[in-house]
Amino acid sequence: MPVITYREAIRHALAEELERDANVVVLGEEVAQFNGAYKVTEGLLAKFGPKRIVDTPISEAGFIGMGVGASMLGIRPVMELMFWSFYSVAFDQILNNAANVRYMSGGLINCPIVIRGPANGGTNVGATHSHTPENVLANHPGVKVVVPSTPADAKGLLKSAIRDNDPVFFLENTILYGDKGEVPEGEHLIPLGLADVKRAGTDLTIVTYGRSVLHSLAAADLLQKEHDISAEVVDLRTIRPLDIDTVLKSVAKTHRVLIVEEQKPFASVGSQLAFMIQREGFDELDAPIHRLTTVDAPAIYSPPVEVEQLPNPQRVLKAALELMA
Amino acid sequence: MAQIIEMPKLSDTMTVGTLVKWLKKEGDAVKSGDMLAEVETDKATMELESFFDGTLLKQFAPAGSQVAIGAPLCAIGKPGEKVDAPAAAPAAPAAAPAEEKPAAKAAAPAPVAAPAPASVPAPAPTPAPSVAPAPTTAAPAGRIRISPLARKLAEEKGLDYSRVTGSGPGGRIVRVDILAAAKNPPAPAPAAAKAAAPKGGADAWPWRSVFDKNPIQPESTVALSNMRAVIARRLVESKTTIPHFYLEIEVDAAPLNALRVNLNAGLTKDGVRLSVNDFILKASAAALRAVPSVNSSWDATGIKYHGAAHVSFAVAIEDGLITPVIKDTDKKTVFQISTEAKDLGKRAKEKKLAPAEFTGGTFCVSNLGMMGIERFSAIINPPNSAILAVGATVKKPVVKNDEIVIGERLALTLSCDHRVVDGALGAKFLNAIKDHLENPALLLL
Amino acid sequence: MTKKPSATADKKADDSVSSASPSSRAAINQQLGKETRIDLFRTMMRIRRFEERSLRAYQAKKIGGFLHLYIGQEAVAVGCCSLMGKNDHVITAYRDHGHAIAVGMGVNELMAELYGKATGCSKGKGGSMHYFAPDRNFWGGHGIVGGQIPLGTGLAYALKYKGLKGAAMAFMGDGAVNQGAVHEAYNLAALWQLPVVFVIENNGYSMGTSQERSSAGDLAKRAEGYNMAWGTCDGHDIYDVRAVMDKFLRLAREESKPAVVEIRTYRYRGHSVADPDNTYRAKSEIEEYRRTKDPIQVFQNTLVAEGVLDDALIAQIDQAARAEADAAADFAEASPFPTPDDIQKDVYWEADHPAERKSQGRLFFD
Repeated sequence: MPVITYREAIRHALAEELERDANVVVLGEEVAQFNGAYKVTEGLLAKFGPKRIVDTPISEAGFIGMGVGASMLGIRPVMELMFWSFYSVAFDQILNNAANVRYMSGGLINCPIVIRGPANGGTNVGATHSHTPENVLANHPGVKVVVPSTPADAKGLLKSAIRDNDPVFFLENTILYGDKGEVPEGEHLIPLGLADVKRAGTDLTIVTYGRSVLHSLAAADLLQKEHDISAEVVDLRTIRPLDIDTVLKSVAKTHRVLIVEEQKPFASVGSQLAFMIQREGFDELDAPIHRLTTVDAPAIYSPPVEVEQLPNPQRVLKAALELMA
Repeated sequence: MAQIIEMPKLSDTMTVGTLVKWLKKEGDAVKSGDMLAEVETDKATMELESFFDGTLLKQFAPAGSQVAIGAPLCAIGKPGEKVDAPAAAPAAPAAAPAEEKPAAKAAAPAPVAAPAPASVPAPAPTPAPSVAPAPTTAAPAGRIRISPLARKLAEEKGLDYSRVTGSGPGGRIVRVDILAAAKNPPAPAPAAAKAAAPKGGADAWPWRSVFDKNPIQPESTVALSNMRAVIARRLVESKTTIPHFYLEIEVDAAPLNALRVNLNAGLTKDGVRLSVNDFILKASAAALRAVPSVNSSWDATGIKYHGAAHVSFAVAIEDGLITPVIKDTDKKTVFQISTEAKDLGKRAKEKKLAPAEFTGGTFCVSNLGMMGIERFSAIINPPNSAILAVGATVKKPVVKNDEIVIGERLALTLSCDHRVVDGALGAKFLNAIKDHLENPALLLL
Repeated sequence: MTKKPSATADKKADDSVSSASPSSRAAINQQLGKETRIDLFRTMMRIRRFEERSLRAYQAKKIGGFLHLYIGQEAVAVGCCSLMGKNDHVITAYRDHGHAIAVGMGVNELMAELYGKATGCSKGKGGSMHYFAPDRNFWGGHGIVGGQIPLGTGLAYALKYKGLKGAAMAFMGDGAVNQGAVHEAYNLAALWQLPVVFVIENNGYSMGTSQERSSAGDLAKRAEGYNMAWGTCDGHDIYDVRAVMDKFLRLAREESKPAVVEIRTYRYRGHSVADPDNTYRAKSEIEEYRRTKDPIQVFQNTLVAEGVLDDALIAQIDQAARAEADAAADFAEASPFPTPDDIQKDVYWEADHPAERKSQGRLFFD
């Protein structure tokens, strides 16, 4: 299997879908001539031309709204947000229009749009550029939310997202763009809403997604080596629809749950997970559900301190040991 | 046929409208589109438009009145047409919201419960002194901390988890504890067969604790229950503000026991068994009648003497104690008292007493005799001015007619509030109890 | 509409479109047949009677929430939508009843939607502000001021992307022109030369704030900053609406050029029916408009003068419109409400098409 980067995996997904469906069009700031602010769309303009790969002005409300309108007429726009943090200036278009139009029209109108871009902290870009809005997005019925952690997942999930008839919000990670991994060649589709057990274990379940999967896997190794504790790591991959069954299956095996997420704690994705686990897996729990999140403050700039604000292997390890006490 | 115009809904949040003023008088010609009145809603003052042509025949609501949506405002029809007043009196819906508020304000404040001397606001248990709950097993009282999984496992294995020591945080019983308990029951050895007793067997061998190396109980801080908090507050208040003094007397219980044995033999078929305590309750009530000054309460402004004798008795219940009251004890027979005390005691343990059943006592009896305590002194249960502590009946040598014989003795200790009951008064009262108990037939009269 | 046409109006012998005004002389109007002109008049009348009936229903507590009536603005929607071809599309804001009727939606479904009934055009899920009919190229019905303008631009983008010769009409009120999303859409449309006509229905008031108190400069002229064509027209005169809009729609369809058109109109009712009228404008102002500029009266006079309408036909059209509105109310009244089971339908395409669902996991939560 070829080993490629997360960035290349996304690019391949885009290219394959552009090739497959003439209604797919990639729009965003700096996606064409500039080759992508994070080089995700590098080379696509040369291959597909300016009709399919379109540079937009810095005008998120305008171009996202435009994409929503175009999708109502059957176009399948894949809109790049340079940072998901910029969603706030297009909030009305994303969460009032894209999320609601099918419902308010009594099911007459679909909105097959994909909005993608990085949503993460850890690059010392400060509070305005470090938002992780997957909980905010997933709070809106009508939308789908995907947060892939590996190159293979990124490719398989993005291809599914582009073919989906509902609006899909695809949250990537600037730190993962350079990470390499094996990605199957050819048609590689992963259904949305299917979690993946990234590491099997028996003593506790770490439920996580996005870059926190990598921290959790690192912590799981330490738990095994230093504490003889066997952790299972469940990567949600998709936040909505949510594969709670895989989570519950793992909980039934290990009986202890640590949720790890790059989210502020209040009403996070983990909050929802914790509710569902206690509601549906109550009798399987041997300890209260534990959670590790971003330290509850706006993203700090200071580079060495930001590492401590976000989940990292040591923080995950500590939380896991607290859970196992 | 005349059209009845109703108060329209003029905003998304409106429920009533104020009819600010009429723009058409009765008898005025009205065209569709004409404005009939001004109506003030929660959002704005708006004009009420007519959708009909005709004559305004009748106004049902005066200017200034509040009218609910849908209530009739006026009628429009042909000139001279007769209009029946709408079924619903228009003044009623109109007036209701407008006048309710001042009316409510004018009303006298809701009567607050008369201040009780005990000042126990909520129906909280009235604690009685120094009676420790007497669990019959070694299981820790109160909630057991156990994980949902461990509870499920224990139930599946038929294991009594109340005897399992938890290894989790705060002593929580977790899965491994149940698995270990299921796997490692105490080693069955022929010589120590009694130690291997199954469920419940641990208590059969009380010295087991000597060898148990586990913590004696999970280390924990348990939040105060309401009952525990009330007990604590009231007993501290009693012991620190009431000048207690104690009087002790020994009663010859032989006549009482003889009578009891006789009576109970006769009552067996009725399923009744009179206890010592039933007689003590009766004797206390009789003594209160004889020495009524003890049937009293200290109040900041004076001493309150109670006209009726309501004797309460302490009952140990889970996490505390409570003092049910036998109303008008002096007027009841021992048989009645016995039946009532059993019922109250049973329901007290089930926490099913109504507040009226454990408040209003004028004197209290606390009995630890059945637990082998020979004598003790109790803390007064405010607002009572005395409490009787009853010990066990014990056989011991006594001097009778200058000879040492075996006597059946019962020690009574009276705790008195010296603000109300002086030594001589207390002594007189205690002697009255003694007299009644030593002549128990009197109590049956 | 109780006023009778002037008895002294000139009757033309040949009942062709008059050439009294420059707009009536425009080719797009000159080619109108007699029946088509009567249809335009009828549609305007139907909108007004529908709105009046819906107001009564609102006041009788049959309708929840807000109700933004189109009374007074009928010539705008009817004039614009009468120009629509197969590939022309319409999107508007929350004052959308006029457009819905003008594109041909059935009044039964529209009234039932107001009543919150399952037979409503959105199954009772959208309400007054959220009418849609994609089969009639009508894309709503949007609640947030200016929020629909980027969507309308997207419709134009899709037309251009697909190589279709059509235009999108993105309607907004005069209050929307100060929203950032509108300017972002202007820029995109001009930058990419998208076939969209931004139509400002200027009724003089953004809710209760008059134009001079809310907007600097001329509204349509702002197009110049984006190098866009622009124009204005008289929204009380349906011929003028058609003449001006035709020009800019052709520009969009044939040259793929966007434009901004400001149509001056007037609403007789509050912003929503719940809002007062007396705080920001004089009653005499409303009366003056009603008396001199009412778009239905104006067109009625014109058509009488053209010999197309007479008193009997006017009365017949009016009666039919009233009867239709009453029947719509009856239909709505008799219709069932959606059930609680319907709440979670029409949220996800996938949930409504379980056989074709590709994703897994839970879509809904409790």
